[in-house]
Amino acid sequence: MRDTRFPTLPHGPGVGYKPQHFAAILAGAVPVEWLEIHAENYMGDGGRPLAQLRILAERFPISLHGVGLSIGGEVLDESHLARLKTLCDWLNPASFSEHLAWSTHDGAYFNDLLPLPYTVATVARVSNHIDRVQQVLDRQMLLENPSSYLAFAEAEMSEVEFLRQVAARTGCGLLLDVNNVFVSAINLAFEPLDYIDAFPLDLVGEIHLGGHDADRDETGAALLIDSHGHPVADPVWSLYAATIARSGPKPTLIEWDNDVPDWPALTAEAARAAAILAPGR
Amino acid sequence: MNQSEFAAALLDPNCPQPAGLITPDGGPAPKRFAVYRNNVAVSLTEVLRAAFPAIERLVGAAFFAAMAGEFLRRHPPRSRIMMLYGDEFAGFLSGFAPVAAYPYLPDVARLEQAMRESYHAADNIAVPPAILAATPEATWLSSRLTLAPALRLISSPWPIHAIWQANLDDGPDPVMRAEDVLILRPEFDPRPHLLPKGAALLISALQNRATVAEALSQAGPNLDLSATLTLLMGGGAITGLHK
Repeated sequence: MRDTRFPTLPHGPGVGYKPQHFAAILAGAVPVEWLEIHAENYMGDGGRPLAQLRILAERFPISLHGVGLSIGGEVLDESHLARLKTLCDWLNPASFSEHLAWSTHDGAYFNDLLPLPYTVATVARVSNHIDRVQQVLDRQMLLENPSSYLAFAEAEMSEVEFLRQVAARTGCGLLLDVNNVFVSAINLAFEPLDYIDAFPLDLVGEIHLGGHDADRDETGAALLIDSHGHPVADPVWSLYAATIARSGPKPTLIEWDNDVPDWPALTAEAARAAAILAPGR
Repeated sequence: MNQSEFAAALLDPNCPQPAGLITPDGGPAPKRFAVYRNNVAVSLTEVLRAAFPAIERLVGAAFFAAMAGEFLRRHPPRSRIMMLYGDEFAGFLSGFAPVAAYPYLPDVARLEQAMRESYHAADNIAVPPAILAATPEATWLSSRLTLAPALRLISSPWPIHAIWQANLDDGPDPVMRAEDVLILRPEFDPRPHLLPKGAALLISALQNRATVAEALSQAGPNLDLSATLTLLMGGGAITGLHK
């Protein structure tokens, strides 16, 4: 495992790393304090992705964010977990996080974060998988709340109660995606600030902010889609400010994965998060 | 919820969506389920589009998207690592009736997939050209070579190098002939090189651990050895020389 000067994420702004920004990031002083990478993009044998990561990890704390572990799947894939361990041991990131979702079934991978019913049985399955991940990686992980587009008739508890129970059973931390809270609140007709008020903010190790698309379902009801293809929406900034007022400063990531803007446009978003974080730092 | 039913309905639009998925009012949620269906199809199509830009140029964006939709339903990813998703695409194109009139497409897809494999292959340090040049001929002939992990060799009855160049590199219109292509990655950027006659036989023999002398005899008398060695050494292809 490589030594790291960055054992934790700073409670300031970070951005999702995109290779097209490599030169701009290295060119001089940058208004971001840390970078996040998607683990699966760095599971090749070599070449430019790993060479760039090696250079970036010397200069910035790195948040390793998995998108393919399928923690909510029926079985946890040990071979994928082993690949993740290899990367995690080599990189020694400041943080590792994954999603409350499933994305595989019967050997097929769907490249999307699929929803789970919040039941006692699902708490047990997700907790068992997180126990195993934390045991293999030998570190605490953060679990991220999803964007929801629909509800489950069989649900037995709220999402916040579900996350509380999983965190209590496993000792994992939480990644609070404020855009996901807003998207789910509109789609499932709840009050986003009630969700934040109920959320165990002391367990939050990182916050995500991203843009969403707006659509409507067949009844005409608003249907927001978590697309990561736009600036963060104004009501999401307001919800974020209300969250930080309650929690104090937290490491905050700007996610922009589709129609990726140039570096100045991306860092303008990070600067907006920095301004909200500044009074508490 | 049964994840089998959910997974089946994700990939097959004719498959009914699973029971128990509801709107906040408790009603059925077909358009909401369709968000997941759409995310899967769009994200995987995007992976294929980025992977096979020459195929997309050849068939057009709309046709490519429709063809990708067929492919991803028949061949969903078996790995969570998207950097190489599409290794079955060339085989799919061989059997896909709507493109039967374009028999070179599968080999162009093989070339594009090999470029991706090369990009992500392990790093390796080439033997410096000065050391290779100073190696006596007798030592060369009796040696076996280790070739770079990023090296790929594609042989086709179609002019795939010219087709690739015409579509992605502003190359001239292809002329009908067979072409052998060698992909080399001196540092981080793979490049496809058109091979001189006989070179593919030589390189293939070297990949199969023949000695240089054995490989030369398999390549035959038409081999342009000097051009082939210049290419291999310039592209950092030789990473070891062993007895």
